[in-house]
Amino acid sequence: MRLEIKDLHVHYGKIEAIKGVSVVVNEGEIVTLIGANGAGKTTMLKTISGLRPVTSGQIIFDGKDISKVPAHERVDLGISQAPEGRGIFPGMTVLENLEMGKFHRKNRKAEMQEDLEKVYHLFPRLKERVSQAGGTLSGGEQQMLAIGRALMTRPKVLLLDEPSMGLAPQMIANIFRIITEINKTGVTILLVEQNAQQALQRAHRAYILETGNIVKEAKASDLLNDPAVREAYLGTGAHQ
Amino acid sequence: MKIRNYWNLRDFGANLWENAGRPVRVAIVLGSILLVGLLPFMGGSILATPIAAFDAVLVYPVGMFVLMSLGLNIVVGKSGMLDLGYVAFFAIGAYTMAYLGTTTNLNTWEIMPIGIALAMIAGVLLGIPTLRLRGDYLAIVTLGFGEIVRLILLNSTWSKGPNGIANIPMPPDLGPLKFELKNQRVFFWVVMAMILLTIWMIRRLTVRRPGRAWEAIRQDEDAAELMGIHTLKYKIWSFTLGAAVGGAAGVLFASKNLYIAPEMFTLNVSILILACVVFGGIGNIWGVVIGAAILGYLPDRIRFISDARLLAFGLVLVVVMNFRPDGLLPRKKREKAIVKREANA
Repeated sequence: MRLEIKDLHVHYGKIEAIKGVSVVVNEGEIVTLIGANGAGKTTMLKTISGLRPVTSGQIIFDGKDISKVPAHERVDLGISQAPEGRGIFPGMTVLENLEMGKFHRKNRKAEMQEDLEKVYHLFPRLKERVSQAGGTLSGGEQQMLAIGRALMTRPKVLLLDEPSMGLAPQMIANIFRIITEINKTGVTILLVEQNAQQALQRAHRAYILETGNIVKEAKASDLLNDPAVREAYLGTGAHQ
Repeated sequence: MKIRNYWNLRDFGANLWENAGRPVRVAIVLGSILLVGLLPFMGGSILATPIAAFDAVLVYPVGMFVLMSLGLNIVVGKSGMLDLGYVAFFAIGAYTMAYLGTTTNLNTWEIMPIGIALAMIAGVLLGIPTLRLRGDYLAIVTLGFGEIVRLILLNSTWSKGPNGIANIPMPPDLGPLKFELKNQRVFFWVVMAMILLTIWMIRRLTVRRPGRAWEAIRQDEDAAELMGIHTLKYKIWSFTLGAAVGGAAGVLFASKNLYIAPEMFTLNVSILILACVVFGGIGNIWGVVIGAAILGYLPDRIRFISDARLLAFGLVLVVVMNFRPDGLLPRKKREKAIVKREANA
């Protein structure tokens, strides 16, 4: 289930947000897309999941161009996104949120319990909060719920949009540990992050996105030690 | 479960219902239907409306408002789309009745499905291009649609333009029940039956997949799409169902009023119906029913203060919305229902 983005262009009105980006995510990998605010990271993910239309270019998944497939059908193909800002359903309970993740599955009744157990295993916190409304959860819990809900769709590729945003350091470490765990169960992950340190430690490969262009592509561990990258994205570590 | 707050009518009612066994529930339902059904005989009581006949007021505005508010509630309350042109579907139903009733031999009951179908077709035609829009944009487009329909009716020859269509036939008798202008209780019972049918339909849908999908769309449309929900399809469905109820109300209205003209279908009606929904409690069926009943009834009840009555009406709206911003009976907060569900699991 290789995901390949070829020469992607995306516009918001007349403004070009993505200016010819090509990215490859191989099966079983964690690939991260790092970049500053406004670099086009979220737009990339929204375009892959189908929430934004493509101006030109291709999104090839499993050998087929899916750039014209509507978002709700891409979920059936196995692409699932945990949206930025924890786009959970605030008025639904944790359980109801998770159940929504099964909405599109044909044999949802048979799969439900099994997948719920899997999610609870990854996020024991969610099990304690099953009956609580999503909107009343803490930021970290909402992030867990967004990821758990995305997993309920049985994705082949999981798109994560800034899972660390606004979380306490301990929670960030926790979330990233779980992301690695999910990847080990065979789910390919495309991770968009501003927290370059954590993302590069967990990912296999990385792309650096700057104002709609890929400026660098390398193994994540190489970028972690790249002076220019350290200077731009890893903050204080650069001058030590 | 103990009832903590007796002033919380919604939870009080919900508790009563949940603690009741099946026979009690049947009794509650039949009892309330009977009570409401007897309303037209209450014309001599304190409920009586000065000037306008009580049984006529019960049909229009009260019954019609309740019916239309329930229809609009599917669109605004359930799936969260702001529709400011709801009157268009009412007008389409009414003009279907008026035109076919005066030019063919079809009676009201035969025209009813045609009116509903035409309103639904209009709903789909309007929905496909516009339901991609959200929030304010959708509100503006629907507002425009309402005006377009009214202007077409105002300027077409078949609709007799501003003169409107007169001599619309009354519905044929239903067995021993005769439709009369002087005593409109049979009309009221028909509206009541339509209201019950609508409530039943909404309740069925709400607990099933469409209801879940609407709820998800209302709370976060992008997230709903990411769950594999064909959001456009479900939005069109919700819009179309709302249109169907509006169309049905229109057919009956024309057949009861015997005369209709474009000026009866202005933006004001859309706004008033929306006010009923908001006043009663967006998304809560019982809230909407009570809200619409009050807002329909009140202006006629206080007709004795003549010119000041609309002022008083506005004042009531402002005061109530100030103290109960979510409406008289607000939508249920989700946490409540869930505790029960967990206990069952």
